[in-house]
Formats: sequence, C-alpha cells, structure tokens
Amino acid sequence: MDTSRALGPPMAEPMTPLDVKVEANRCLNCYDAPCMAACPTSIDIPRFIRRIAQGDLAGSARTIMEANPMGASCARVCPTDELCEGACVYAPDNSPIRIGQLQQHATDWLIADGRLLFGPGPPTGKSVAVVGGGPGGLSAARELARMGHAVTVFEREELAGGLNTYGIVPFRLPAEVALWEVEQVRRMGVDIRTGVTVGKDIAAAQLRADFDAVAITVGMGSVPKLGIEGEDATGVWDALDFIRLAKMEGAVAGLGETVAVIGGGNTAIDAATVSKRLGVPSVTMFYRRGPERMTAYGFEVEFAKSESVEFRYHVLPKRILTTGGRVSGLELIGTDPKGSARPIAGTEHAIPVDTVIFAVGQTKFAALFDAFGVSHERGIVAVDVDMRTNVPGVFAAGDCMFRGGSNDATVVEAAEQGKIAARSIDVWLQEGAR
Amino acid sequence: MADLSSNLAGIRSPNPFWLASAPPTNSGYQVMRAFAAGWGGAVWKTLGEPIVNVTSRFAGLNLGATKMIGMNNIELITDRPLADNLREIAECKAAYPDRPIVASLMTDCSRKAWHDLIEAVQTVPVDGFELNFGCPHGMSERGMGSAVGQDPELVEQITRWTKEAAKVPVIVKLTPNITDVRYTARAAARGGADAISLINTINSLMGVDLETWNPIPHVDGKSSHGGFCGPAVKPIALNMVGDCARDPAVTVPISGIGGIATWRDAVEFMLMGSTNVQVCTAVMRDGFRIVGDMIEGLNNYLDDRGIAAVAEIVGKTVPRFVDWNDLNLDYKIVANIDPATCINCNRCWIACEDAAHQCIDRLVDERGETTLKVDEEHCVGCNLCSMVCPVDECITMVRVDSGENVHTWRERLSVPS
Repeated sequence: MDTSRALGPPMAEPMTPLDVKVEANRCLNCYDAPCMAACPTSIDIPRFIRRIAQGDLAGSARTIMEANPMGASCARVCPTDELCEGACVYAPDNSPIRIGQLQQHATDWLIADGRLLFGPGPPTGKSVAVVGGGPGGLSAARELARMGHAVTVFEREELAGGLNTYGIVPFRLPAEVALWEVEQVRRMGVDIRTGVTVGKDIAAAQLRADFDAVAITVGMGSVPKLGIEGEDATGVWDALDFIRLAKMEGAVAGLGETVAVIGGGNTAIDAATVSKRLGVPSVTMFYRRGPERMTAYGFEVEFAKSESVEFRYHVLPKRILTTGGRVSGLELIGTDPKGSARPIAGTEHAIPVDTVIFAVGQTKFAALFDAFGVSHERGIVAVDVDMRTNVPGVFAAGDCMFRGGSNDATVVEAAEQGKIAARSIDVWLQEGAR
Repeated sequence: MADLSSNLAGIRSPNPFWLASAPPTNSGYQVMRAFAAGWGGAVWKTLGEPIVNVTSRFAGLNLGATKMIGMNNIELITDRPLADNLREIAECKAAYPDRPIVASLMTDCSRKAWHDLIEAVQTVPVDGFELNFGCPHGMSERGMGSAVGQDPELVEQITRWTKEAAKVPVIVKLTPNITDVRYTARAAARGGADAISLINTINSLMGVDLETWNPIPHVDGKSSHGGFCGPAVKPIALNMVGDCARDPAVTVPISGIGGIATWRDAVEFMLMGSTNVQVCTAVMRDGFRIVGDMIEGLNNYLDDRGIAAVAEIVGKTVPRFVDWNDLNLDYKIVANIDPATCINCNRCWIACEDAAHQCIDRLVDERGETTLKVDEEHCVGCNLCSMVCPVDECITMVRVDSGENVHTWRERLSVPS
C-alpha cells in the first residue's frame, strides 16, 4: 500500500538538503525556548534542530520521538502556526523557523533508517489493556511498555493508528507514516489486536478481570445524522467514511460534477479538498455561521481555497432532494447573519448537487463508557488532571474526553494525554493495585 | 565624491583596494578582469623558479550554513614560466596604465638569485616588488617563504640585497607564524624596505574527514599544513597591523592584509594604520565584482562624515591601541536590555548565568510574562550578553562611572601606597 501520492502531491514537499541546512542553522537556539513551551508534548525543539544542524539525525529523531510517540505524524499534522511556530521568536517578523518541516526531515530519516529507538523496560509483571489504537492509545502503550508493563491494545479496525491511518487526508499524512508509528509500538512487544471491538467481541468486564489496569482511548465515532429528509439517499456521505475510502483506495465512484460539504471544521475542509483531488469540478462548503466562527484552522481554509474549494456561509441544509434514491439537489435555508445559526423562514432555496458530505461533528461511545462504569457527560469521559476516571484502575486519554473549545482534539494533545495516562497507570500499578 | 586614491611608498593607485598575491592574480586574463571590475592594483602571483603543484589544494572553514568564513591553501607560487608571466604583466600595464602591478617574488637565499630575478622582472614595467617571506606551506620546507620570514636577520639581509637591484619600491610581506611580528617588521625597515605588508597566511590544518579519517584537504589520502586566511583571521591580522603601526622602529608604511571582505573591514585596517589593503579570500568566494561594493561603500562612508580623502583616516585609531597597563581601571559600563526590542530568546540570560557573572534576573510578572533585568550592581560590563543577543542594539552597554577619573595599572604600580 502506498497512499502518499494517491491523491496528488503532499501539502508540503520534503525539504531539500540545502533548505534543511539553512533552516536548521537559522534557529537561534533560545534558552527555555517558547516553541518548546508551546508544544503540548514539550519536545526540546532547539535540541532536535541543533542535532540536525550538527548532522546527528539519529539524536535529532530520538529527541522528537522520546517526547512524542506520534512525532512523525505530528510533524505533518500539527497546527504549527498555533503551536511551536506561532511561538517562535521569529514569528513576529513573519519568518518563524519551519519546525514542522524540520521535524519531518528528522523523522523521515528515522523511518528510512529502520532502527527501533526504544525497547521495553524490565518486566513488572503487570498488565494493561488499552482500548483503541489511535494516537492516544499508542502513545500510552509505548510509554507503558517502556516502563515494563505487558500491554495489549484492542483496535476495532483492521489497522491501528486511528484517524492518523484512516481519517487524515493522505496529502497531509500518508497512512504509511501512521502505520510506521504503530509498528514502532508493536516492535516493542505490545500486543496490538486489530479487528476486535471491546463491548462486542470482548466485554468490558472481561478486560477489567484480565488486566491490572485499563486505558480508554477510543476517540470518537461516526458523523451523526441531522435527521433531515433524504439523508439515507445514495450520494450522501459521512465525511470520515468518505475520506477513509479515498485515502485507502485512491478513488470514490459516482461523485458526479458537484459536491456539497456540510460543516466548518477541519474534517469538512478535508472532505472538500479530497473531493477536488478526486477530480470533482465544483466543490462548495456550506457553513451555518460566518467565516470567523469556523473551527477549521486558517491555514487549512487557505489550502482549501488554493485547491479551488468554494465557501458559502450562514446556510443550513434543510432537505436533500433525490431522484430515484440518488441525490439530485440540496435545499438550504439561510441563517441569522449575526451568527446564531438560527434559520430564517422564507429563505429556503434549492441547488442541484450530485453528492452531499456531512462533517458536522462525531458521535460518542457512551455505551462503552457505561459498560466500564466510567462517568461521562453526554459521551464525554470525565477525568482528573492525571487522566484518572472515577473507576479505580480505569484511565482515559484522547478525543473521547474532548469537550470542544480552545483545547483542540489534536493528535499532539492525544499523544500527550496518552503519556500522562501511562504515568498515572504506572503509579497506580506500583502502589499495589490488587 | 571623496578622494579614494592611495600612495603606498610612492606606488599610487586610484583606490586602496589591491588584489593580494594569490590564485586570483595568477594570470593576465584574471588581472585584466579584476582591473575591469575596478580593482585599484594587483600583486601578481609570486614569481620564482616554476614549481609543481598538487591537486586538491584548498579547503574551507564553514560556520553553520555560512560557507568559507576561512580557507586554507597548499598551492605554491606560480607554476607558469616566468616569460609568460612577464608578457602578461606588460599587457595588463599597457591596458591599465593607472593600476599598479606589484610583482611578488620568491627565490633561493642568495644575493645572486635575488638580483637575477629582480633584473629579469624589471624588463617589464612593474610598479613595485613584494618579497614573499610569508608563505607557510611547501616553499618553507625548501628554505623559502616563511622560513625566511621567521628569521629577522635573513629578512634584513635579503631586503638589503633586493634594494641593491630594485628600481621600484620594495614591500616586504610578513608571516604571522612568529611570536612577535614586530621583530621581522623592524628588520625589514632596517634592511631598507619601502613598505611592509601583512599578514600572510597562518599555519593550519583545516579538518579531518569523519568518514575516511583523511586530513582535509587531502592529496591521495595525505595532507600537510596549509596557509589559513579569510574573515576568520581578521582579528589576528588587525592586531599585528596595529602592533607594527604603533611601533616606533617600524618606520615604513603598511599594506594591510587578512580577512578583508568588505569596505567596513578595509576602513578598520586603515584606521589601524594600513595605507591600503589587499584582498584575496573574498574574491575567491565571490569573484572580482565585490570591489564595486567596496569602492562605493568606502566613498559613502567618507562622504557621510565629510572626509575629503581616504588618506585622512589612515592610522587614526593607532594611538588608542595601547598596552593593557594603560587602560582606565575606573571606566565602568553595565548592560542595558531594551524590553521593547527584546524577542525573549533568553540567550543573554543563559550566557551570563553559565559563562559570565550571573547578573541577569528573569522576573515573572503577575500575568506570567517573563522579563529580563540586569543586576547593575554586580554586572562587570563584559559585553557577553550583547554579543549573543540576535537583535542589534537591544542590549547596549551604558557607562555608569563619573567619567572624570582615569586610573591605570601603570599608575598604580608607580605610585607608592
């Protein structure tokens, strides 16, 4: 499998050796550097850049991967404008060090080199079940394995890696990079069982009985239904299913000439840009509020515009029009331009479209949390600062606790939460669980 | 437009920028190109008995992404027949009669050898001679170059022999590979030299290849020491020029050489006593075209200050280059950090904390913002923080003593307590 260029060139080509040399040497090597403080996983960025400049790629990659088990994917998917590069002392001069690209250079070197950086710690005799093999779960699993615990990851999909594998557009993150990170964890002796759904194939109670501790890192589920007419017609897509098919197969049949994407977040942007890369002539995003309220990152919006995606604001889908069970159009209704998203009667209008893709949030795994007896608020797991749930021995990390707002549901946040959960689990196990 | 012309011991040139005797002055083709670009004069690549060169000759010293902050060289003197060189010198003089061509010379240590070489070269219209007593590599193993330049008696003797035969001024080029360059400078003056030029290149080994473990540059796996030059040697050269300029026994004018790459470097050398300057490495890196920037930059510098002629600045800083014993012990400066231009890189803090006097405090205000404050009571005014700061003028050194007292170590020693 090679997804890296199935849908066209990457958003950022790898740096040339000359570019790497100039950029790495441009870093000021700040002390107590603001970029490092801005990194959720606290990667020692000046150190990894210094090591690139000195020709120690192994040391550079180790600095990155030590702090962030998802360091290769984060190099590609992190909103660096908002994090490390936004904090760079050069940022006010509009010339921050291209930290993400340098991080990709170092981790690409490591991927090509093939060495395993981290091994398992001396066995402790304790076992941990990690439910969900996405970034949060893999991060927790790697740290727990380094501590010497026997770790089993339960992953419902055929491949581990979560959204990194299936859900992020290949021109930003090829599946191969996500799967390389999975492989690093597997090679440390972590038992990654794919195609196993906890709560269906194995009961929550069974995991509680079989393992000394459990980490819940299941993320979120599919895009919820809006409950509007025509939602089940052929040509209506869940954005995550759509991106996954395009990424893994390189093609999606029957999209037609016109695609409507409903939503204003990064997944909506991804669905729109994937549609363009698949050759759809007209792709428009429909968002219920104004551009200033979109949750998509500014650089993602700019990228979508550069790919000729169009935007319409202050509209809601009211009904999907169908012909013979197939999408033929979309009826929209205008919303309050002040931004409340309240529909305004009398503004209904229909447009012809061939495909409608929904990216309006994700469902939660509330039933699973109930099965573990874990407290949650409408499907959002409640944890303390150490990622402990209300159930002793059960911890959680990643998007399953995402509440929205400023604390983004990012890969890097999930990776950091996985590290924190692993430390808490280690403490809990050492304190003599059972 | 300021008067940029210079006159080194009677050798006049339209500007003070000469090419040093080196690979860029190896042939008439090159010197013609240099004069077309505007160079004021050229010291021809050293003439002597033709030699054989090795391949793989140069190596560069890089700093980060910046190439060639220094270079070294194991190329010898000219490997072309004397007749070819003389014919090309004559052609260049015919094409550019206002540009001096100085012939660099090196030969065996005998009166006859020097007389023969000078008489042969004087058959073409050269404007002066420069005695190569400086090359540290190769020729020194045959008793020439720096082997001569490290012995004041030989310097004086050979200078005297050349003056017997030369009809044009003689410049003695000095090697820095010596404990105190003033001894050979004085010897040149005693021998009758019309001027001295310095510095020649410094003994060096550029590096070792981490993969092959070969020295750099290598000739079939082996190397020998070369001559080091370029911007990295400028402080060494400037010190030696200054030492000669302030020495009463060095009674001849100075042609400054060593890491000069811009008009700014040239101004520094002239302030420190050089009548003109010679350039090589900068040309080896960027070509003859750089002289245009040097001429215009120097002219703008002089015009901005109302200085009519470049000759007026020669030596102006020499009286301020003194022994440590004559420095004012009461002078006191402290660092001042401008919060408006500080970019919060904390480079000054870590430098002061680990390598100086722990005199910068990191203060966190109620909003969690960190600011840096100098502990002026304990700051020794060492300059380190301002040196590591990436922002020009963000950290300045501010005078805090009254400015009324001058008290030197020499005075302290001479006053009984």
